[in-house]
Amino acid sequence: MNNPIINEDNIVYQKPKLMNDTPMHYCPGCSHGVVHKLIAEIIEEMNMADKTIGISPVGCAVFAYNYLDIDWQEAAHGRAPALATAVKRLWPDRLVFTYQGDGDMASIGACETIHALNRGENICMILINNSIYGMTGGQMAPTTLIGQKTSTCPYGREPDIHGYPLSISNLAVQLEGTCYVTRQAVDTVPAIRKTKAALRKAFENSMNKKGSSLVEIISTCNSGWKLSPSDSNKWMRENVISQYPLGDMKSI
Amino acid sequence: MSTSQPLGAIVINQERCKGCGLCIEACPKSIISFTGKSVNAHGYPYVSATNMDNCIGCASCGIICPDGCITVYRAPKTA
Amino acid sequence: MENKELTLMKGNEALAHAAIRTGVDGYFGYPITPQSEILETLAAQRPWETTGMVVLQAESETASINMLYGGAACGKKVFTSSSSIGIALMQEGVSYCAGAELPIVFVNVQRGGPGLGTIQPSQGDYFQATRGGGNGDYNTIVLAPSSVQEMADFVDLAFDLAFKYRNPAMILSDGLIGQMMEPVVLPPQRPRRTDAEVIEQCPWATTGRPSSRRPNIITSLELKPEKMEANNLRLQEKYRTIRECETRYETILCDDADYLIVAFGSAARIAESAIKELRDNGVKVGLFRPITVWPFPEKELREISKGKKFILVAEINAGQMIQDVRLSVGDSLPVHHYGRLGGMVPEPKEIVDEIENLIKTQSL
Repeated sequence: MNNPIINEDNIVYQKPKLMNDTPMHYCPGCSHGVVHKLIAEIIEEMNMADKTIGISPVGCAVFAYNYLDIDWQEAAHGRAPALATAVKRLWPDRLVFTYQGDGDMASIGACETIHALNRGENICMILINNSIYGMTGGQMAPTTLIGQKTSTCPYGREPDIHGYPLSISNLAVQLEGTCYVTRQAVDTVPAIRKTKAALRKAFENSMNKKGSSLVEIISTCNSGWKLSPSDSNKWMRENVISQYPLGDMKSI
Repeated sequence: MSTSQPLGAIVINQERCKGCGLCIEACPKSIISFTGKSVNAHGYPYVSATNMDNCIGCASCGIICPDGCITVYRAPKTA
Repeated sequence: MENKELTLMKGNEALAHAAIRTGVDGYFGYPITPQSEILETLAAQRPWETTGMVVLQAESETASINMLYGGAACGKKVFTSSSSIGIALMQEGVSYCAGAELPIVFVNVQRGGPGLGTIQPSQGDYFQATRGGGNGDYNTIVLAPSSVQEMADFVDLAFDLAFKYRNPAMILSDGLIGQMMEPVVLPPQRPRRTDAEVIEQCPWATTGRPSSRRPNIITSLELKPEKMEANNLRLQEKYRTIRECETRYETILCDDADYLIVAFGSAARIAESAIKELRDNGVKVGLFRPITVWPFPEKELREISKGKKFILVAEINAGQMIQDVRLSVGDSLPVHHYGRLGGMVPEPKEIVDEIENLIKTQSL
């Protein structure tokens, strides 16, 4: 059955070229893959593959370097902003971004995050906020919602015991060094398009020396949340977005 | 253009598919579904385009697919 | 005629000037006594306006060492400095650099511990420096300067060794050498390497991937144990080569000596004064000074100690390098230790007395 439409000239969407064929280790339906594709697409569109250095974290995205064919540095847990600071200062014409989870950026790396943003390093920091520790099996994260159950708060997060959810983006807005802080999601096609535009803007900001950009992406962790990919999206829309509202929070 | 003429088509890399089903939900024309109980070499169930004639080539499935498994084609516009 | 300017300055200052002059690309550090003059000197010199060297005061030692990881991973010559406690805080990052085979240089101007301890000089971090320091099976190349001149000279040497072996290299100094003033000849000004030279000399570095090559990936992670064992074996092979080829040491008056003092860094200076006094008293003592404390000059010490009556290891700690001395000479001669702790520095007289007491005890 030869379908005449299936012809290279008619392609309107395909896996970006910078994403290689290595199967990604992410769970089915994980938001990481969507964001990886967006990053690859933007680097291709900006024609910056030969000038891009990505910094991957400790956490689920630790192996990001296996999937996108750019130069990568794998950072110690939480320290990606420190690596990115040095890379960008030593190679100012390079496109430098960090890709971090909420545990990496908002917990163990909070200090490096705040200071890199506050110095106005010309880098883009991408925060994948799925409100849980995915890689280690679903423990409480700094971003875990009040009442949300995880393996280390099995009866739900209680502020008296566990403290409150931490929003790095809310803090980042206050810092002089940030030029762009935005919170997006990737649960629907329109949301993915907006996230792509946000990432593109953040990458361009860094090349235009406007200061630090933080793109927070509200994501699902269906394994950690113990829901199907589809139900995870629903749960996210019903519960997470109210705690972490979407949209641009600062844009200079 | 007659309405019976397909507007688009997709090709699914079923070896790369993890069967998350997000594309099924994203497709406005319900052309994608799980077929049978077969799994790929990685042990994942995978989706198929079961109603390709209704494809409009909107690329929603491709955009939402976390693993980049779907290539989307759109018929060239006829004058 | 080469212009050899002789300048009087502190060890910390000499090291900072030498870094600028030898074309170092970046410094990332956090203030701590007794080494803050390194960052202060760099800030005052404003090398970003002359050589283009980056100087950044980081938010912590943790950030500093990870900035080194990032900077070295893209092929640049980057260093940091700190003192004992701050170096302890950096050890995770050093282990990452060892695992990812990154050529970083870091300077430890030691002070007394444990804990917050004191700001006075010490050699209490010998174990930490020579046994790895962080997690896993790795070694750091460790140079121990004993003069302001060596503080200046070892910057270039440390970078040479770090890049030659793609391995962390440490300059293990202390508050005495960091703070004292001595005449020093600074190296002549050299330009930094151009970006093209960096890319050519460091084909492994993450400088942005041209379509002509595969991506460069800097990581210490490998989940498959058989591959991780192979990585470790490759590192061990490298360490073997370094042990074979890079030991450095100095000997003073060893040929006719009956007794040997083994000391490094500032303790070696004190020992040298003691040796002069002992020789004036007719006691033939020589000094063996390891310059690389890792790799430790085992074979050389074993050779030189032949026929001596005993070794006194003089350190400003509770007895750390003595383990390497004992591993080197075995039971072939008695090995004793003299040390002071907590920021107390021994006077030459204390070492003179110790040697004379040991001679008396041995002849009993």
